[in-house]
Amino acid sequence: MELSIQNISHNYGNLEVLKDINLEIKQGQIVCLVGPSGCGKSTLLRLIGGLEKPTNGKVMQMSEPPKDSLNPLTYIFQDFALLPWRSVYDNISLVLEDHKLSKKEIDVIISDVLKRTELTNFAHALPKQLSGGMKQRVAIARALSVSPAVMLMDEPLSALDSQTRELLMDDLISLWEREKFTAVYVTHNLAEAVRLGHKIVVLSRRPGIIKKVVEIDIDLKDRKNHILELNKKQDDLWKIMKEEALVADKELINA
Amino acid sequence: MLNKSKKEVSFRGGGFVPKPILYIGPIVFVVIIGFLEWGTSTGWISDLTLPKPSGVFQVFIELYDSGLLYKHLMPSLTRLLVGSFLGITFGIAVGLLIGLFNLVRAGLLPVVAALFPIPKIALLPLFVIWFGIDEGSKYALIALGTFMPTIVATYAAIDNVDRNFIRMGQSFGLTWISIVRKIILPGALPGILSGVRISLAIGIILLVAAEMLGATYGIGAYVLEAGSLYDLERLFAGVTILSIIGVIINWSVGVVERKLLIWRN
Repeated sequence: MELSIQNISHNYGNLEVLKDINLEIKQGQIVCLVGPSGCGKSTLLRLIGGLEKPTNGKVMQMSEPPKDSLNPLTYIFQDFALLPWRSVYDNISLVLEDHKLSKKEIDVIISDVLKRTELTNFAHALPKQLSGGMKQRVAIARALSVSPAVMLMDEPLSALDSQTRELLMDDLISLWEREKFTAVYVTHNLAEAVRLGHKIVVLSRRPGIIKKVVEIDIDLKDRKNHILELNKKQDDLWKIMKEEALVADKELINA
Repeated sequence: MLNKSKKEVSFRGGGFVPKPILYIGPIVFVVIIGFLEWGTSTGWISDLTLPKPSGVFQVFIELYDSGLLYKHLMPSLTRLLVGSFLGITFGIAVGLLIGLFNLVRAGLLPVVAALFPIPKIALLPLFVIWFGIDEGSKYALIALGTFMPTIVATYAAIDNVDRNFIRMGQSFGLTWISIVRKIILPGALPGILSGVRISLAIGIILLVAAEMLGATYGIGAYVLEAGSLYDLERLFAGVTILSIIGVIINWSVGVVERKLLIWRN
């Protein structure tokens, strides 16, 4: 499924957060949103998935989502958002129970996604027993269980330590290689952006406008062999962002 | 660095961590009671000030042997259970409505704020007129007394449920009822249970008040009667029973909490 973001502006009261955002999200592409903190990138993600209503403009689905998709626009959150009173299995089952599926069908789906994320042995563990990386893996499994047409990922690796982040990034790449999912990926980490993004959208500081869109044509699984090129891209991105980040850092939050 | 200035870094961390120490609690009890027993039997503490612990125990044994203990305990426990069951059930229900619906919140919060600080004991005569001098007024007093704190604990617990969980539920297209049943209620359960704990303690306090009017049997009535006769041994025997009821109830809530909230610790 493709999405089209048309003329989106968003205010919180008098505070202008986003301004005139236009963006196309193409099938099978990972679009990374980067920008200084407080630039509205997470807000934009919430607007895309309908968790918030834009003040102006709209987000269009450009085609019908595939029939087997239970929840076309599916989020993965920075803080995992796993219910601590439900086991891994039950956390996934939570998002399937409201669809007209039999217990058996639910079980088949859960077994399948647990296998795909290598979590089968942890089905009955509680979230508190899992490391951060495992928790995010469960959240990914939960997202996969509803066969999303577009994954909306809000800094999914930011709460993890750098080693776990590296491992999970590899997982995401191989997952994308297998499933060619469409995603919008919000991050403040430029290294993640150049590793995972087909298209990198740089937002300015508040009010966020699109400052630059960078496309990277290297195949995701090949990127490890193009370190120099990626480093160059990353440097370029940082040059664009640095000024913005400096000013944004010094802004008073409620000014 | 000079050799003679060499020394081990001294330890300065540690402490400030609550740790359970077994046996200390019972020992404190034994010491206090032993001290009182010694004081009262030597005459160092006059028996007008405090009763002899062994005398209190004696009264308790007599109470048990004569079957009066049962006769006092049963009506009191029934009043406590019926009253606090009504109060807590309706309290949770109203607390949920306040927590979930802004209209109910706007309408009822001022009412709750106005009624909460009223000492319910002051309303006992009113309840006697409304519900009769028999069990009705006693149930009503305990129910109202446990109702208010349960409401406040319940809606506060709902307000404290992590909004990210609710956002998550919405993002997966969960129905409203699913979000309430599977996210808000279990998330609010710890807060609701600690509210229940407080409500039950208040229930015991109000039990004594409720038995002020029109009760022949009941631990509260027993204590009040002993108090008005300055029969300190019976007074203390009654108070001890109330305290034991409180400890048992508190412990039972603890058991329920551990059962229902395994996911927490």
